[in-house]
Amino acid sequence: MDNKTFFILLAVMAGTTYLVRAIPFTLFRKKIQNKRVKAFFDYIPYTVLSAMTFPAILYSTSSMISAAAGAVTALILSYKGKSLLAVAIATCAASFAVSLLEMALHI
Amino acid sequence: MTFRHGFISGLAIGLGYLSVSFSFGIMAVNSGLTWWQAVLISITNLTSAGQVAGVGIMASGGSPVEMAVTQLVINLRYSLMAISLSQKADSSMTVPARLANSYIITDEIFGLASTQETVGFKFMAGLGVLPVAGWTLGTFLGAILGNVLPAFVAASLAIGIYGMFVAIVLPVCRKSKTISIICMISVVLAIVFRYVPFLYANVSSGFAIIICAVISALIGVFITPESELKEEAEDGQ
Repeated sequence: MDNKTFFILLAVMAGTTYLVRAIPFTLFRKKIQNKRVKAFFDYIPYTVLSAMTFPAILYSTSSMISAAAGAVTALILSYKGKSLLAVAIATCAASFAVSLLEMALHI
Repeated sequence: MTFRHGFISGLAIGLGYLSVSFSFGIMAVNSGLTWWQAVLISITNLTSAGQVAGVGIMASGGSPVEMAVTQLVINLRYSLMAISLSQKADSSMTVPARLANSYIITDEIFGLASTQETVGFKFMAGLGVLPVAGWTLGTFLGAILGNVLPAFVAASLAIGIYGMFVAIVLPVCRKSKTISIICMISVVLAIVFRYVPFLYANVSSGFAIIICAVISALIGVFITPESELKEEAEDGQ
């Protein structure tokens, strides 16, 4: 692929991705009045995050066991109401610890 | 709602992006791109699934039309998120502010911004800094260093983003029965899309997320009693 082709494809790629975000964000300036439509858009963040997290979280590390350890940690700490950052760090730490343990046991 | 508040809120996302884009950098170079091409793609697109597909199209000598259609389909979920987020925009969100903030609407940034009562230009601008830095730097490091970092170390960083998602959703589920039901429905649908071989092979992950989210949110709209709808509308003001 020569540089000219690369820059054309890059421009199309970045342009499309940007417009998909910018057009609705700029055009929807009024608050939605219809209660059911408003409820739909209130629910969307949570249903999006749910679908994105499970089952993908189980495939996010080098093994499903370490990923499950992270997932369980995240569920427990979130249920206890810990902050976003605290949960994120603890999730990483738990899966990292289990990864190390797995490596040690395999040796 | 300050720039500083947004900046700090972006830390977990930035760290997660650093590790996710690290693997993108490796992948891009393995597909035949140079390190600076990989970095340019990351800084101009700021999206994971779309970039992976985009590099595939570049590597296979695809056309600009194929590129545009692919990006449109994979990234259509951002339109939905942009509309949802526009409902929380405060008066600082003028047209130029919206045009600038649009660039950083990603799954993760949207998820975090949604936890705010209202969203302003400065908060969003601050929120974008560390994720954009992490995404770009991670791509650069991945492209240059390749497989120097043990895979399990990078992978342990990647799961943090999901941990943060759980921390966003679970507290809301404890408060609202409707939201806990529709989140469970959304997860069940996501499991179907992941484990039914025909669906897994034919539906891109970005598109599967839209379908799961829209169906379960629609179910939520229908199961919510009229009285609760009014209450929630009042809570939001």
